[in-house]
Amino acid sequence: MKAQILRTLTIALLALPLSAWALEAPPSAQDPEIEARMLRLSEELRCVVCQNETLAGSRAELAEDLRQEIRDQMKTGKSDPEVIEYLTARYGDFVLYRPPLKPLTWLLWFGPLLFIALAGAAWYATLRRRRRAEAPAVAEDKLREAARLLEAENGGKDKP
Amino acid sequence: MKRWLPLVVFLVLVGFFAKGLFLNPREVPSPYIGKPAPAFSLPLVGDPARSFSPADMKGQVWLLNVWAPWCVSCRHEHGFLMQLEQARVLPVVGLNWKDKEREAAALLARTGDPYLAVPDDVDGRVGIDYGVTGTPETFLIDRDGIVRLKHIGPIDGTVWQDKFVPKLKELGA
Amino acid sequence: MIPELGHFALIVALVLAVVQGTLPLVGAHRGHAAWMAVARPAAQGQFVFTAIAFACLAWSFLVNDFSVVNVARNSFSRLPEVYRITATWGSHEGSLLLWVLMLAFWTMAVSIFSRRLPEDMVARVIGVMGLVSVGFLAFLLTTSNPFLRMVPPAAEGSDMNPLLQDWGMIIHPPMLYMGYVGFAVAFAFAIAALLSGKLDAAWARWSRPWTTVAWAFLTLGIVLGSWWAYRELGWGGWWFWDPTENASFMPWIAGTALMHSLAVTEKRGAFKAWTVLLALTAFSLSLLGTFLVRSGVLSSVHAFATDPARGAFILGFLAVVIGASLALYAWRAPKMITGGQFTWFSREALLLANNVMLLAALGAVLLGTLYPLFIDALGMGKISVGAPYFNAVFVPLMAPVLFLMGVGPLARWKQASLPDMVARLKWALAVALATGLLLPLTLDGFNAWAALGFFLAAWIALAVFEAFRDRLRHGQGRLPARLAALPRGFWGMQLAHFGLAVGIAGITVVANYETDRDVRMEVGSHTQLAGYTFTFRGTTDREGPNYHAARATIEVSRNGRQLFTLHPEKRIYNASGMAMTEASLHPNIFRDVYVALGEPLDEANDVWAVRVYHKPLINWLWLGALFLVVGGFLAASDRRYRLATARAGAEPGMAGKALGAQA
Repeated sequence: MKAQILRTLTIALLALPLSAWALEAPPSAQDPEIEARMLRLSEELRCVVCQNETLAGSRAELAEDLRQEIRDQMKTGKSDPEVIEYLTARYGDFVLYRPPLKPLTWLLWFGPLLFIALAGAAWYATLRRRRRAEAPAVAEDKLREAARLLEAENGGKDKP
Repeated sequence: MKRWLPLVVFLVLVGFFAKGLFLNPREVPSPYIGKPAPAFSLPLVGDPARSFSPADMKGQVWLLNVWAPWCVSCRHEHGFLMQLEQARVLPVVGLNWKDKEREAAALLARTGDPYLAVPDDVDGRVGIDYGVTGTPETFLIDRDGIVRLKHIGPIDGTVWQDKFVPKLKELGA
Repeated sequence: MIPELGHFALIVALVLAVVQGTLPLVGAHRGHAAWMAVARPAAQGQFVFTAIAFACLAWSFLVNDFSVVNVARNSFSRLPEVYRITATWGSHEGSLLLWVLMLAFWTMAVSIFSRRLPEDMVARVIGVMGLVSVGFLAFLLTTSNPFLRMVPPAAEGSDMNPLLQDWGMIIHPPMLYMGYVGFAVAFAFAIAALLSGKLDAAWARWSRPWTTVAWAFLTLGIVLGSWWAYRELGWGGWWFWDPTENASFMPWIAGTALMHSLAVTEKRGAFKAWTVLLALTAFSLSLLGTFLVRSGVLSSVHAFATDPARGAFILGFLAVVIGASLALYAWRAPKMITGGQFTWFSREALLLANNVMLLAALGAVLLGTLYPLFIDALGMGKISVGAPYFNAVFVPLMAPVLFLMGVGPLARWKQASLPDMVARLKWALAVALATGLLLPLTLDGFNAWAALGFFLAAWIALAVFEAFRDRLRHGQGRLPARLAALPRGFWGMQLAHFGLAVGIAGITVVANYETDRDVRMEVGSHTQLAGYTFTFRGTTDREGPNYHAARATIEVSRNGRQLFTLHPEKRIYNASGMAMTEASLHPNIFRDVYVALGEPLDEANDVWAVRVYHKPLINWLWLGALFLVVGGFLAASDRRYRLATARAGAEPGMAGKALGAQA
């Protein structure tokens, strides 16, 4: 009841063209700076209990606990790499959506470079062959031949 | 020869997939295997004046079982832990994880207490230190306080025989 | 009775699929006309019975028949009717039935629109599709029967996943499957061509419109999924590189490569083996996606409940279908160099570059998606590969493809002139470079990614303009008439390319200039973001059909002028108890204003955590995707294909030459 009255009153007050009276909503985080850092970091971390969600996006209870843990760690002055180290010491590399570069992930990180090199090589090799390919007249002969065969098979019945 | 390459690549992939069918992508190995179990000191459920610390278990091979009264699969596991207790196989410590409703003592009184001690991790901090993702999870810790094995999910006879017994033999316990 | 009828219809469909998958193939091999003639009626019959089965399942959902396990698990008596019908494909079993239905639909479409094709070709294509149907119907009947009953029946269903109760999700799976399964047509054409040994330009011309239509559907399906995630997951993300998303994206990349390679094969008779391989790859990746999503080998947010028996079945099926087709490819693909000569700077060479780079990008996505599995299978631990990896790797791989997109359509076949190209495009390049360098400065300081995005978007859009100018240069008559006279194939391609430019612009802006605020709001308090003022007017309770919600009222104004009111909700679904954030957004062409209700911070006083977002140009992303889809349909409806089928590919090589010369 009290809240109701208060609400009505507030709405009535706000209806007045006195914007200075309106309340500026405070950030919901206590420390917006740490919050922003925490969110940026947890975008790249896996929520370990969820199927496949980031720590930032998950609504699981443990995810909230871990976000709190990250905030606490940051408040004690730890840098981002130190917080990551804290988490990987407990949960392993599994929590990192950006796998660290080490022998185990060389293929993962350098694989795309390898692919682009292979792509380039395939392109170059094809072009070399193509430039030396038989005279186009021959190819055209073949095309004509193919067309003729098709024609023969259809008995020409589909001609317009 | 080049034409067979796609088939070869595909067959290799099929090999991995076949293997993958028998793996559980959710079972994450603990980075603590072969490392000392993190230290902590927590009050005991039912007797908050006393506390428990892994250092108390030096010289013994023991299990740290992370459980919670609100956890359904822990109830399935409870029966097996009681058997372990009755057969006096090894001491089991039950970390009571995030028991916000304070139900552990009553539950254990009702259904039987398989634990040597039940440290009370109400805010879940110790759980996080152990890399716990859910309950139940069980750590096998050796005489020197080194984590030897971690099992995610409830333990039953099969899991015990396949996973724990060989490890216990290795440790000579 | 109805579920049993559906079960029976499914068995009949399987029998018909067996007939469809055997007699026509054998007939085509032996030249047995009567056996080949079985193909069409068998395919059409199979479609009819699959449709009956699907209708029976939909009926069971509609009437809340909770004696059917699938209905009891995935529906709820108070679920609105439209969701009861769409719950039909909300489960593993039901969506698989939809898959099978789509496959039967495509097969029937082939049987109808192939009147002018040689009989043996039709028999082989429909036969191959029949074999694929056999596999999926058998999978459905043996491991995933959607018609299983339970005794006693459940009193109440356990509800459809609330996340799926959204109309984006209603049409996302059907469109996605239309795309996935549509590649089965290109696949079947490729297998038929390998079997018959007639791997010619006519084959390419027949496959082309089918591939393009399937690709357009797949594009639509992927975008709908993304749009759904954007609105429904509650924080406005639209692409997460989740394995499920990658599973649909990989066939899309392969399909994109295939469309472009088919163009070369059709017009120039070149790259035949490569095109066949891509056709096999596109469908293989569709099957692979099905396996990844349904077997549980990868953990994903959207994965279906998994069961090792299902995984083993699909893997076996996958191994047979893909293995056999790749073996056939190795054995029968043409070994000689086909088609004409071309130089390093020609449309062929540029399309080849597009193809190899798309495949490199595809390889990277595949590698990232499967890497955790590789590591795990080798017993080397568990790692995660997520968005940071894919963003780091995929963007640099795609940037050159997007750059070449501007040049390719303007290049002549066989041999293009580089100086001529430079002369024609240098203004576009200059304008695009200036856009890329200067535009970020006017927004929020220089940012390399934003610069790259703006450059590429401007470059592609200007190249599209240049392509039209080039085409219209020599025409006669008034401009509208000349535009109308351009072939639909040209329109489709340019529209799709332009759509990509629009999409890139949207992605660039929203990814780099999005802003948000997370605030604690009490009744009457306000917050500012991007020039808008959001005033919280409190929440009211609202009873939905199968949930109850706290519904907030947030007024949005700008410069003291009231603009619109948003109503984000926090819902609790009755059956599952699941909490859902229902965001509320106000779209226009320049931005979305997006508001999501967080947790109640003080329920007595109606104080909530509220998150407000300003997402500039986000709608360009959907708009650009729409252009891609429309472009695809437009290109597939080109008159040339109808003419071509009418002439049964009598002289495709020649026609291609003529067109090529004119292009």
